[in-house]
Amino acid sequence: MSVNGMDEQRCAEIFERVRRAGPEGEVEVAIQGGRSALTRFANNGITQNVDEESCEVSIRVQMGGRTARASTNRLDDEGLRTALRKAETLARVQEEDAELLPMVSSTEAGAAVALDHYDEATAAMGAAERAAQAEAMITVALREGLNSAGTYATGESYEALFNSQGVARWHRETTAEASITMQATDSSGWQKQNHLRAGEVDARGLAEVAAEKARRSAAPVEVAPGKYTVILEPSAVVDLIGFLAADFTGLALLEQRSCLNGRLGAQIFGENITLVDDVTDAGQSGAAFDGEGVMRQPLKLIERGVAREVAMSRGTAARVRRSELASILPNARATGHGLYLPNETGEAAVNLVFKVAAGEAKSVEEMIARTERGLLVTRLWYIREVDAYEKILTGMTRDGTFLIEDGRVGKGVRNLRFNQGVVQMLRQVLDLGVPARASGEESFDMVAPAMRVEGFQFTEVTRF
Amino acid sequence: MKQIGEWALAAATARGATLAEARIVHERTRQLGTRNGRVSVAGEGESIGLGVRVLCHGGWGFAATQELTREGVERCAALAVEIARASAGVQREPVRLLPEPAAVAEWSSPCRIDPFAVPVEESLELLRKIDRTLTAVEGVTLAEAGMSFRRHEQWFYSSEGADIHQTRVTTGAGFAAHAFEGDSIQTRSYPNSFGGQHQNKGYELVHELQLLANAERVARECVELLKAPQCPEGRRDLILDGSQLGLQIHESIGHPIELDRVLGYEANFAGTSFLTLDKLHNLQYGSELVNVVADARPEHGPGLGTYAYDDEGVAAQQVPIITAGRFEGYLSSRDTAARIGRARSGGHLRAENWLRVPIVRMSNVSILPSEKPMSFADLVASTDDGIYMQTNRSWSIDDKRYNFQFGCEAAWEIKGGKLGRMLRNPSYSGITTEFWNSMEAICDRREWTLWGTPNCGKGQPEQGMGTGHGAAPARFKQVKIGGAYGE
Repeated sequence: MSVNGMDEQRCAEIFERVRRAGPEGEVEVAIQGGRSALTRFANNGITQNVDEESCEVSIRVQMGGRTARASTNRLDDEGLRTALRKAETLARVQEEDAELLPMVSSTEAGAAVALDHYDEATAAMGAAERAAQAEAMITVALREGLNSAGTYATGESYEALFNSQGVARWHRETTAEASITMQATDSSGWQKQNHLRAGEVDARGLAEVAAEKARRSAAPVEVAPGKYTVILEPSAVVDLIGFLAADFTGLALLEQRSCLNGRLGAQIFGENITLVDDVTDAGQSGAAFDGEGVMRQPLKLIERGVAREVAMSRGTAARVRRSELASILPNARATGHGLYLPNETGEAAVNLVFKVAAGEAKSVEEMIARTERGLLVTRLWYIREVDAYEKILTGMTRDGTFLIEDGRVGKGVRNLRFNQGVVQMLRQVLDLGVPARASGEESFDMVAPAMRVEGFQFTEVTRF
Repeated sequence: MKQIGEWALAAATARGATLAEARIVHERTRQLGTRNGRVSVAGEGESIGLGVRVLCHGGWGFAATQELTREGVERCAALAVEIARASAGVQREPVRLLPEPAAVAEWSSPCRIDPFAVPVEESLELLRKIDRTLTAVEGVTLAEAGMSFRRHEQWFYSSEGADIHQTRVTTGAGFAAHAFEGDSIQTRSYPNSFGGQHQNKGYELVHELQLLANAERVARECVELLKAPQCPEGRRDLILDGSQLGLQIHESIGHPIELDRVLGYEANFAGTSFLTLDKLHNLQYGSELVNVVADARPEHGPGLGTYAYDDEGVAAQQVPIITAGRFEGYLSSRDTAARIGRARSGGHLRAENWLRVPIVRMSNVSILPSEKPMSFADLVASTDDGIYMQTNRSWSIDDKRYNFQFGCEAAWEIKGGKLGRMLRNPSYSGITTEFWNSMEAICDRREWTLWGTPNCGKGQPEQGMGTGHGAAPARFKQVKIGGAYGE
C-alpha cells in the first residue's frame, strides 16, 4: 500500500528526474509525505474530522563549501526543476564554508537497517472506524455522567532520502493515537496512548482510567506550594525529559548553550538514571537514518548518572574533533542523528529509552505505598525553560493531581505551578517504574517510566 | 483556480453536502540565517494544495490534497463528505451556522518591497555584518541572526457563492547574542526574542528595524547580564516593555477569549477558559485603563492577524474585547457564535495552510494606548520604586488561563523615577484578572507597536498561526517578582 501512489520506486524516480535536471555540484533529495486522519470530539460528540494527504520533495545542492535547500510539493518536472534552481541560487551567493563536508557516501552512511513499523490494518482504517473508536470513549463518559473531549487518529507516512554519492534510504510507518479528557464539575482526568499499530491502542481502556481520575479528583482541595515528594506518571516524565534531550548534542556543547557545559563525564544525575537513544527499541518509532542518510547508532546518553555520550551529525563530529571538546569526546563520530542540512541546531536525540533493571522497578501502586505525604501527578502542561544551565523548567499540573497521605491516594488537589531544575530532579529520583512507550503533549514520545522524586518544587497554586 | 473550486463544490454538493467550501492556498517561503559566522539556514519552500470543508447531515468533514487534477479534487471532496457523514453519526446536536453574505472580493496586504525580489546576497550580507558585530563583543559565545519571508495567496469558494482572493506577504527579522560563563547562560535579542519582529510587510520591515545599529548594544547587554545581580524576589511595581506586554496579552487575554475554548472544543489539548459565558459584560477584567480590541481590519495596521476575510468568508471586523476594564467580547466563528446566540461571527476562523482545517484563532488582539500623553520617559519618571523588564525569555500559563509566569531576558531597577542597575533572570507571575486590574499606566501611541507572534500553536492536529498584538509599555502595581528562582 502507498499514499497517493508513492512508494520506494517512485521516490527513486523523483530523484532521477532531479538528477536529469542537471544540478550544479552535489545533490540530495529528501521526500516526506503521507496521510494523517484525526477525529476530534468534545462535549460528548464529534466536532472536527479531518483527513490530510501531502508529499513534499526537498532538494539540497552543494557546490564547494556552499549548500542550500528548496522544497516543493509540485512533483512534476517543472516543479522539481524550479526547486532545484532556487536551491542553486541560494547556495551560489554564499561565502565558502571551509567546515562544510562533502555529501556522505553510501559506505560512510552505513548499511541500511529495515524496521518493521508498518501495519496494513492501521493504514486501512477509515472515517467510520475512527468514529467508532471515538464513540467507544464517549460511551464511557455518558455512562459516568462526564463530559468528554478527545481524539482518535490514524496515519501512515514515508520518508526517502537519496544523494549523488549513492545513498538511498526508504522508511514507512503507521501510527494510531487516542487521547481523552474526562471532565466533571470541578475536576478532570486525562490519558493518551500512541502506537505503530491501532490494535495496540485501547481507546476504551484509556477512557475508563481518565473517568476514574476525574471522579476521584472531584472537590479538589488546595495545598500550599512548597517541596513535595511527587510521583510523576510516565506522561509527566516524558514532557520534562524532552527538554533535556536538546542539551545532549555536540553542537549545543560547541556553542556553549548546553546544560552539559563542563559537566560531560561527571556524575551529575543519580546513579539510578540510565538513558539511551535507540531507534531499534521495540517501543520506538521513526526512521533508522538521519537527515543526511547516516544510519542511527545507539547512544548511552546517561549511564548510572554520568553524562556520557551526545548525538552528533557528521559536521558536528568533525568540528568536535578539532575543538577543545576532543579531550572530553575523544572518539567523536557521526551518530546518525543529524538534521536536514543546513540547520540551526545540528542534531537531535529523539529515540529516548530509560533503562531500569527489572528487579529495581516499582509499580506506581508500590510508589504510592512508600510515600508518607506527596502528590501524584498525571500530566504536566505548558512547560517552558526558565534557566538554560540549571535547566529549570516551569509549568502546571493538569487533569488529575492527587494528595498522597500515609501511603494512599487521597483527595484531588488544585493545580500547581512548578519551577524545578531537571538536572537536580534526576539526582532526587527515589523510585523508577517499568519503562514503556509513553506520550505527553509537550515533547516527543519516548520509552519512559513513572518516577518518584523527592523535593520537587511547586511555587504557586491556581484557582482550580 | 476557480475551476478547481467548482470541481470541489460540485462534487461535494452532489454527494449531499449542505455547505461546501474549497480553499486553495499557494504559499512561498524563504528563510535565511547565520550562526557564529556560518550560514545556518538557506531555504526556499513552495506549496500548493486544496482543503475542502463540508457540512453533511449537520456534521463536519474536511479533507485536503495537493493533487489538483479533476480526479484528485473530486476524490478529496467525496472523502470530505464521507467523513462528515461519519461525524454526524456521533453528534449530540447538528452544527448550526450563522448566516453570512457571500462575499466576492480581492485583497492584498500592502507590500512596498517584495522580499523575494531582494537579492539573497544582500540579505546574507546584512546578516553577516550583524553576526560580526555581535561576535566582536568579548564574552559573546553564540550569535544568531535571521530573516524569514512568506507569501500566502488564497482562493476561497463556497457553495453559498463566496469568491474571495487574498494575498498576504509577511516578513520577519531579528538577532540574538548568547553568553556562557560559570553557571550562567544569558541571552539578549533584538527587536524581540524567538526570531524578532514579524509583520504583514515586505522587505521594508528589515530596513525599519535598524538591526545593525542595535547589534553592538544588544551584545554588550548580553555579556553584562553575566555579572548582573539576580532579580530579587518580592512584590514590586512592574513596567513591561511593549513586546512583553504583547505576549502577556496573547496568553492571558487572546487565548481565554477564544469561544471554541470556552465551549469546550479544546478541552483535550489547548484547554478551556475561565471566561465562562456568565462573565460576558459582567467581569471587571482589568482596570479602567485597559481597553482591548480584536481587530483584523487593515486599518489596525500590518499585523500578522490582519486580513480582509477569515477562512470561512466572514469579513474582518473590530470586536471590542475589554472596554474600560469590562469584559465585552469573544473571538468567534459562524458555528461557535451561533451556539451562544450572537447575531454574527466575529470573523476569527483561520487555518495554517491548505492542509489544515480552519479553527478559531486570534486576529490582532491589541491593547489601546493611552489617549493622554505618556512617553516611556514619563512612565519611568512617575515610578518611585519598581522594576522594568524587557524581552520575553519564558512563558507559561495554566489551561484555563488564570495563573501565569513569564521570564524576561533583562530587567533594570527603578528608584526615584530613574532607571538603575541591570538585573538578570527576571520573572513575574500572577492571576490574570488580578494582574490586569493592577494596571495603573500605559504609554501613548508614540510608544505603541503592533508586535507579531508567528508561532502560536493550537488545535489537533496542531497548527501554527501568526497573530498580532499592539502594545505599549505599561505599569502594574505590586506584582509578584522572581518566583521562578524562589524557594
